[in-house]
Amino acid sequence: MILFDLGLAVLVLGVAAWTIAAREMFSAVVGYVAYGLLLAIVWVRLYAPDVALTEAAIGSGVTGVLLVVASKRLSLLPQADAPPGRGLKRAAAALSVLVAGVLAAAVLTLPDPAPSLAPEADRELAATGLGNAVTAVLIAYRSFDTMLEKVVLVLAVVGVWSVAPDRFWGGRPAPLGPPRPDAALVFLARVLAPIGIVIGVQMFWVGADEPGGAFQGGAILAAMAMIVMMARLTEPPRIDSGRLRLALIAGPAVFLVVGLAGPLMAGSFFAYPAGFAKPLILFIEGFMVLSIAVTLPLLVAGPPSRKGEE
Amino acid sequence: MTPAETTTAGGALLVLAILLPAAGILASFALGGRNAEKIALGSAPLALLIALAILAEVWRSGRPIVYAIAGLSPPLGIALRADGISAAMLVTTALIIPAAGLYARAGFATPPEKRESRKALTFWIMLQAISAALAIVFVSGDLFNLYVALELLTFAAVPLACVEGRAETYAAALRYLLFALFGSIFYLLGCALLYGAFGTLDIALLAERMRPLPAVTAAAALMTAGLLAKTALFPLHIWLPPAHANAPAPASAVLSGLVVKGSFFLTVRLWFYVLPALPAAGFDAILGALGSAAVVFGSVLALRQARLKLLIAYSTIAQIGYLFLIFPLASGLHPWTVDGWNGGMMQVLAHAFAKAAMFLAAGLLYESLGHDKIAKFSGAARAMPMTFLTLGLGGLSLMGLPPSGGFAAKWLLLRASVASGQWFWALVLLAGGLLAAGYVYRILAPALSSHPVVLKAPPRRAGEAIALTLALVAVALGFAPESFFQLIAIGRPGLATAGLP
Repeated sequence: MILFDLGLAVLVLGVAAWTIAAREMFSAVVGYVAYGLLLAIVWVRLYAPDVALTEAAIGSGVTGVLLVVASKRLSLLPQADAPPGRGLKRAAAALSVLVAGVLAAAVLTLPDPAPSLAPEADRELAATGLGNAVTAVLIAYRSFDTMLEKVVLVLAVVGVWSVAPDRFWGGRPAPLGPPRPDAALVFLARVLAPIGIVIGVQMFWVGADEPGGAFQGGAILAAMAMIVMMARLTEPPRIDSGRLRLALIAGPAVFLVVGLAGPLMAGSFFAYPAGFAKPLILFIEGFMVLSIAVTLPLLVAGPPSRKGEE
Repeated sequence: MTPAETTTAGGALLVLAILLPAAGILASFALGGRNAEKIALGSAPLALLIALAILAEVWRSGRPIVYAIAGLSPPLGIALRADGISAAMLVTTALIIPAAGLYARAGFATPPEKRESRKALTFWIMLQAISAALAIVFVSGDLFNLYVALELLTFAAVPLACVEGRAETYAAALRYLLFALFGSIFYLLGCALLYGAFGTLDIALLAERMRPLPAVTAAAALMTAGLLAKTALFPLHIWLPPAHANAPAPASAVLSGLVVKGSFFLTVRLWFYVLPALPAAGFDAILGALGSAAVVFGSVLALRQARLKLLIAYSTIAQIGYLFLIFPLASGLHPWTVDGWNGGMMQVLAHAFAKAAMFLAAGLLYESLGHDKIAKFSGAARAMPMTFLTLGLGGLSLMGLPPSGGFAAKWLLLRASVASGQWFWALVLLAGGLLAAGYVYRILAPALSSHPVVLKAPPRRAGEAIALTLALVAVALGFAPESFFQLIAIGRPGLATAGLP
């Protein structure tokens, strides 16, 4: 196995170097996606399957689509100013090497075995009724962080929309795919989407006890929505749609309301009543899956760029 | 587990201070249109009440108030903790945000023919997001929770900087975003190293377990570099002038008055609360030296600006510089650190009010004159006396002339630098005051001439009153009673023995 790990490490570094050196924007994006997938394997080797799933779904998948769409839109623009000069590139490289070196040196001096909260997180697991300690950290022990991170996602959507021209406010983002999508893509979207939806919901559902959870499940659902939109089987929604807005805030809003009701149910904000924690956690997660599945495709689709009627 | 880690009386207020604006963001977005403005302004009095209640409880109990979220104490759970400076900053935020909001009603109303407009919805949501983010910054006791606060702050501040939607605001906001994200990543890397070394992210527990490991030095350097980029301390300041000067006036007031103080506050939390046990005299001196360079550099560039808003933005770079004198003047256990601490914190508050007032006044000038070119201000003070009074009073505090909060701040810092024998910082304080006098004079002198001036529109009385009120608060801070300094000492580590030889 040590050979596999060494090979993996070399491959990660190689792909990273290739991504930086790539001259074409599109090749750099491809390199970045491959880099993310390799990192996911690294996380599996580090016994962190939850992180691996997230890295593959978000770090590689959604970010990859985002970068592909962005590079396509950028290539349509007239060539921008001069590329960064040699001095700036060298300075950036020097800074990166410095930070990487400091990090590597610091990590090597960390105490061994590392102090960890994992045993404590496992011990408290029984009170939540969950089997996956990672889900317990996200939705129980540090639920406050998770709720606030979902509010950040809402802000991200508003921030992306806010760069639209005023006249398009209330309209739709640009279509994700070409006017006449490839027949193969349409076929893929029709076949893959139903399967993906089942897998996404399954990943959220088993997340209570196994690797997976709301974020990974939501990301898979989001990927399906993006494929369907790329095949032009459906269009990005109007941004003033009331139902869309509700879907976007459902996760953080339900989380916030349950957290606010904590003192009545369990004596403390964001506490869950004993014996009723797991159903309540799944209830919150259900709405989070919805919000994540809607948020990510909208972030990829970008600001509204046409009137709603078109 | 130390007793300080369990919920105290009034602890629930800390959760409410965060959840109120967070709920406001969600409701504003879902209901949309004019509701966003109503929710943002309607919830402001409640936010002020919560902030005042927290202040009263900290003052009454004489020690920090704590809330263990979900009843779980750290390290597994997250604890919120408000001490004297938290309370003071919460109240400051709860005053300046609604002031900017009331001022913005004229420019950020939804047009009557529309159900919802881009500018209005973005502004009112992001204004509440800044309240939420700063509330977390001021009361959280957990380094990762504070990272979430930094993310909220970034995603709120950047859209505010380009809410006008002009090309140059997008360029400025993009640069701001890059610096802010760079700062977030560095901060997060440092958090990961600290967790790896000590197995907790709770500030109080970290302080207890702190040992001088190489990883701690690396974490401190990374986190500080990240926070400095967000605070726009020289030489990481280049994003600030275009971002703050091109934003609409009420957004500039909030960005310059409050947002940069958020990351400064975290730098203080890091060095005085997490790392006081770290022998790092070098770091203190570096931060003080960078602050001094910022004072000189920012002031000189402010002197050279042709546009008022850019002048005020460069002045922010200089005034941020003073804040960093707190590191050499208030760290360690010395008799003078009380003055250093009080002076630094007074500078935070005085600059927040003075700078917010000046940006609002600059916005009024722009509306009435149709430009903000200083060379063409001749005679404007006769047409807009209240606006120039605001600029003058705000300038008084920036220069550090009595009576004003800025004077109190610089006097205390000066006393600390003399008492500690660090005369170098005293020179910086005096030079900065002279340069500030120069750039404030540049604004006021032409305006006071008797040159006739034609206004495009009469100044908005309500806007003038709001700006003047903020400037008056900056002046009134100069009369802060002894009890104010007792308040901001509550919960400050290392203070109990500070007066001893």
